[in-house]
Amino acid sequence: MKLTLKVWRQNNKNDEGRFVDYAAKDVSPDMSFLEMLDVVNIDLVKKGETPIVFDHDCREGICGSCGMMINGRAHGPGRGIATCQLHMRSFNDGDEITIEPWRAKAFPVLKDLMVDRTSFERIMRAGGYTSAKTGGIPDGNTILIPKPVADEAFDAAACIGCGACVAACPNSSAMLFVGAKVSQLALLPQGQAERETRVTRMVAQMDEEKFGSCSNTYACEAECPKGISVTHIARLNREFVSAQF
Amino acid sequence: MTMNSNIPEGPIEKKWSNHKFNMKLVNPANRRKYKIIVVGTGLAGSSVAATLGELGYNVHAFCYHESPRRAHSIAAQGGINAPKNYSNDGDSVYRLFYDTIKGGDYRARESNVFRLAEVSGSIIDQCVAQGVPFARDYAGYLDNRSFGGAQVARTFYARGQTGQQLLLGAYAALNRQIDVGTVKFYDRREMLDVVIIDGKARGIVARNLISGKIESYAADAVVLATGGYGNVFFLSTNAKASNATAVWRAHKKGALFGNPCFTQIHPTCIPVSGEHQSKLTLMSESLRNDGRVWVPKKKGDTRSAKDIPENERDYYLERLYPSFGNLVPRDVASRRAKEMCDNGYGVGASKMAVYLDFADAIKRLGSDEVFQKYGNLLDMYKQITGEDPYKVPMRIYPAVHYTMGGLWVDYNLMSTIPGLFVLGEANFSDHGANRLGASALMQGLADGYFIAPYTISNYLASNKFAAVKEDNKEFTEAENGVTATINKLLSIDGTKTVDEFHREFGKAMWDYVGMARNKAGLQKALKILPEIREKFWKEVKITGNAHDINTELEKAQRVADFMELGELMAIDALHREESCGGHFREEYQTEEGEAKRNDKKFAYVAAWEYTGKPGKPKMNKEDLDFEEVHPSQRSYK
Ligand SMILES: Cc1cc2nc3c(=O)[nH]c(=O)nc-3n(C[C@H](O)[C@H](O)[C@H](O)COP(=O)(O)OP(=O)(O)OC[C@H]3O[C@@H](n4cnc5c(N)ncnc54)[C@H](O)[C@@H]3O)c2cc1C
Ligand code: SF4
Ligand code: FES
Repeated sequence: MKLTLKVWRQNNKNDEGRFVDYAAKDVSPDMSFLEMLDVVNIDLVKKGETPIVFDHDCREGICGSCGMMINGRAHGPGRGIATCQLHMRSFNDGDEITIEPWRAKAFPVLKDLMVDRTSFERIMRAGGYTSAKTGGIPDGNTILIPKPVADEAFDAAACIGCGACVAACPNSSAMLFVGAKVSQLALLPQGQAERETRVTRMVAQMDEEKFGSCSNTYACEAECPKGISVTHIARLNREFVSAQF
Repeated sequence: MTMNSNIPEGPIEKKWSNHKFNMKLVNPANRRKYKIIVVGTGLAGSSVAATLGELGYNVHAFCYHESPRRAHSIAAQGGINAPKNYSNDGDSVYRLFYDTIKGGDYRARESNVFRLAEVSGSIIDQCVAQGVPFARDYAGYLDNRSFGGAQVARTFYARGQTGQQLLLGAYAALNRQIDVGTVKFYDRREMLDVVIIDGKARGIVARNLISGKIESYAADAVVLATGGYGNVFFLSTNAKASNATAVWRAHKKGALFGNPCFTQIHPTCIPVSGEHQSKLTLMSESLRNDGRVWVPKKKGDTRSAKDIPENERDYYLERLYPSFGNLVPRDVASRRAKEMCDNGYGVGASKMAVYLDFADAIKRLGSDEVFQKYGNLLDMYKQITGEDPYKVPMRIYPAVHYTMGGLWVDYNLMSTIPGLFVLGEANFSDHGANRLGASALMQGLADGYFIAPYTISNYLASNKFAAVKEDNKEFTEAENGVTATINKLLSIDGTKTVDEFHREFGKAMWDYVGMARNKAGLQKALKILPEIREKFWKEVKITGNAHDINTELEKAQRVADFMELGELMAIDALHREESCGGHFREEYQTEEGEAKRNDKKFAYVAAWEYTGKPGKPKMNKEDLDFEEVHPSQRSYK
């Protein structure tokens, strides 16, 4: 296949940035999207240009590093996958593909397609844990958690922290990301003791990071590579409200 | 070089408790005064940083990712072992110890392995307390499965994402310490050197991957938890950025490298699809619980799987190993697959694959249950290959997966550089020549939560530390060395990219230092590998500069180190004239084609010392004594 890529290039946080066109030749349908970019980058380096910078690591949809807007969609076409799981067989010969970084105030662009998601880190540090110290813990089976509860907590815990929910949301809201963690720990007995302080602090940090508010468009769930359900946003809202009274 | 493994006295089941009692302690009020650097925040690094922070030490943690949650540990699928005996099938600490020693083909240190088995139960409790959503049954009890050839069900799991959930647990514990201020976290920093002052590890030099700045950090002790080096082969199941730079540079500063040639090849990976392939994807070996491995009986058969009738299929693992069948250990399953393909029985376009077939399982269990158990893995296969495994058998081929070798450490997990501790996959301990499934997560967390916090405290309490600052001359020298290497790389301005060199080097490693090795091949490798390295230093092309985000420069440094380490692996593989675990020398096999150890000559750890030039290492030996488990020929027939 032959493709035309319109790629966002930006030198650093302060640079304005611009789209640059690149031709991708000899693209095999078996390539992953990132492998296609690898090939383009080899050409760029050989020509003496700097390669397109993007975050990636596991290349199997679990580390949450990768993420770009592909033709206006977070992680590109296809449901339930991260950018690294997208394969070129989803495209046709001659296609033009627009590739941009996540766009959100809380995710400043570092370079090209790489953004700074440390706002997520700061939210997690504001209580996204149980205060269990190492050592002196009773046997794991002293806490019984029936399968349906464990399963639902797992569904929430599956979030990979990629930020697609924020990028897909017209308001750049982080409610799905935050809801997933709050919900996981609210569902489990281990999370009960700090339930109220946790949700209060995490939401306060989320607001401080300048994420937008949720207006129920559900774009987040649609683009989430792990299919995290918006029911976790509903639980986040309930948890937050009940923590305030 | 003196190497003392510092194994405590006493019977094996008492060693760790005796040692804990005999270790010196740091008074809680004084802990804040000790600064500890932790490099790497995967399972091993996050858990140790969090625990040291809880104890009250002044911890500084570094990783090259933007967040600890991105570490390679996140990708582990299958599970984590612990001998809780919840399944009531006769498991015990002793059995896990025994299985690990045997599985490692008698090339691990008994005392360490026993301790690992001993503390592993607490890991599960710890993770549960953190809110890790392990699989449960309807009554609410923790569920177990049997994994990777074990005959008891001792593996705890969280769907096919156990590594993710364990890492998120350790990450949460770490976040809590960052929140309360005992740990300071430095993201996107790549450690490029360890700094030694008066014979002790006293700090690191790192590159800030955003600004390009070279930064120095001083401390009283340094912990490396920087993962494995499987990417020396270019194609592996490791995350793209996983690399050996931290351990290699420590090695060049005096840390011995243990058993570098011990690599694990995982049997169930998705085969290479073309020249563009950037990494390989593992599918959990739990698939072998229900999937059946086969190839056509006829050489070079070009028919598609569905056109090959039952009696023309060779279920070779079931045929060769009637009692273990498809569940033989990883090294055996991998080698047999390679042998089938080398002999012309391979399938698929490349002929470098064997079938893993779920047709019988679907008949027996129904596709619903197969979906319940393996849905995410089968989906992943479909996503990558475009083929539907519910309809056609999957194609699999072995791939590099894990490195048992690593920096040599004593019983305290300290390297031969005093004050430099090495944890997780980065060290050589515990797995001998072959790691059992679900044991790496266990080891990383055992090291981080339950072992190193004690032994590091003991080290701090037993030593005196002269005041050291980042402007000491040793730091300046290390910074200058790092800057010189970077400038050298940028100035070459050749014609080939880093990836092209890495691919070429990795291919040579796979061909001659891969799954099956022999003398002639290894000698050839020792000729080719240094040639590629020389070419690299003359012809590599890196664009951009050092004062900016420069991913090519990051890769170049890692590849440069791989090219030295790879040569050491070949030297180690050549010297070890026996087959054991993941190290298979074709000259040394039994009549049935199994690995043939030579316990008389090789029951030792080869710990290599850097002598100033790559390719000229000096070997030190740690003899292994087996007092508990008597070495025998592994048999899975
Ligand atoms: C696909 C796959 C599946 C697996 N499944 C299982 C399983 O089911 N069960 C099991 O027990 N094991 C499994 N393993 C093995 C296991 O996941 C790893 O061995 C283990 O997670 C390694 O953990 P670690 O903490 O030692 O290192 P890693 O998780 O690799 O972490 C390394 C850390 O070091 C940092 N780092 C490295 N170098 C530097 C440097 N120079 N400067 C700064 N930071 C640095 C990185 O940023 C990262 O934080 C699997 C492995 C793979 C590849
Ligand atoms: S909720 Fe989904 S989209 Fe948002 S960060 Fe988590 S995995 Fe990514
Ligand atoms: S690279 Fe890890 S999720 Fe895509």
